[in-house]
Amino acid sequence: MIQLIEPYTEEKVRALQMGDIVHVSGMVYTGRDAVHKFLHEGGTPPVDLRNQIIYHCGPVVIKEKRKWVVKAAGPTTSIREEPYQAHLIERFGLRAVIGKGGMGPKTLEACAKFGCVYLHAIGGAAQVLAECVTEVPGVYLEQFGSPEAIWAFRVKEFPAVVTMDAHGNSLHAAVLEQSKEQLKQLI
Amino acid sequence: MRNLRANLLELIRRTSAELPDDVFRVVDRGGAEEQAGTAGKYAMDIITKNIDLAKRKSQPLCQDTGSILFFVKAPVGFDQMAFEAAAKAAVAEATAKGYLRQNSVDSVTGKNSGNNLGPGSPSLHFHQHRGTQLEVRLILKGGGCENVGAQYSLPDTRLGANRDLDGVRKAILDAVVQAQGRGCSPGILGVCIGGDRATGYLFSKEQLLRTLQDVNPDPALAALEQEIVASANRLGIGPMGFGGKTTLLGCKIGVLNRLPASFFVSISYMCWAYRRQGFLLADPGKIVKWLY
Repeated sequence: MIQLIEPYTEEKVRALQMGDIVHVSGMVYTGRDAVHKFLHEGGTPPVDLRNQIIYHCGPVVIKEKRKWVVKAAGPTTSIREEPYQAHLIERFGLRAVIGKGGMGPKTLEACAKFGCVYLHAIGGAAQVLAECVTEVPGVYLEQFGSPEAIWAFRVKEFPAVVTMDAHGNSLHAAVLEQSKEQLKQLI
Repeated sequence: MRNLRANLLELIRRTSAELPDDVFRVVDRGGAEEQAGTAGKYAMDIITKNIDLAKRKSQPLCQDTGSILFFVKAPVGFDQMAFEAAAKAAVAEATAKGYLRQNSVDSVTGKNSGNNLGPGSPSLHFHQHRGTQLEVRLILKGGGCENVGAQYSLPDTRLGANRDLDGVRKAILDAVVQAQGRGCSPGILGVCIGGDRATGYLFSKEQLLRTLQDVNPDPALAALEQEIVASANRLGIGPMGFGGKTTLLGCKIGVLNRLPASFFVSISYMCWAYRRQGFLLADPGKIVKWLY
């Protein structure tokens, strides 16, 4: 298991390999469908995303005693952001994208070109991942609705699997090919 | 019906935070199948930890609390409008408490309603019966798994699938391959053979009301259900699509009559966080038993 601790550098990220289990500690910023479209179309990010990590997540966050408390924070399916992700990796120098289900060839290419990795968090592990959030310094673009806002999360030992590294390797491409071959045998 | 709103709030809380026993047993067994040291095993270990944590904290198993689907079996003369009002109040309260995520978005304006209410949400399905008790079942079905459902029209040339159970088998296995891990595998399928495009999909979701250990009363369908699970697990997609032995935990197939011209196979993919619960309610407002 490899610790990926902020500051997230190109060097740290290029050292990761497909299949590695990592624990992320530092800031991550949630962003999903509305945010990706907004940023892709040239919107100004409300926070500095340079060398940061975007987390594909629509959390459940409730205000208790004037503080934000994360009630559930598992990943959303990343492939929906495939049209936008490569551009944002390039525009902001994102060091990692956390999500689930993987992303496509455009994103894989951007990861290799710009030094970024795709970290697959465990889908549905909303409570395990909520416990990794130690602080919610802020929330932005709330007009998109709570699940679609940018939530700033400080995380500690957030577990994920490197399924797309910065060297053109994708576990998703491999499993897809292999399962398609298996299907031919079965039908 | 006294206490209906409070009972429905408790139903929502329990459905969101606690995996039903029949599902837990199968998820647990699936985890044991995965090889130590693999990413698939790692995923199942975290899933198991998550199930326990969600129950202890009374917080959502998964942050995508999904579509809110109520299935109600009610006596003749039952006031459905009153039930709907109580259900909506319970849903809004559950959202404020964080048992449900704010999940209802206007499809034209993009505005989130903030309380899970809006056209089509919650979704209510009523059936009458001649008894005196009220049976209320709830499924919370996340968007990730909803997105990997599929509806096939047979014959399908690409799959070489004809209008027979073998064609149905091919369509279902193809759907599992298309889904990969994106429905948060290992998953469970609800399938309907027949119906029209709308009734087919709805009946496929009603198959998800069955317990995982039940046996289809039609021997041909029972055999097909088992065969599909065995075959799907040979595809090697595994938990989260990481690769592994556990791709499908169950497959439940129902049948409706069809038009001569149509032969639909409607497949609803349910994720491992199979949130399904229900209760039997006697008048006045006492929960007689939980159904799962």
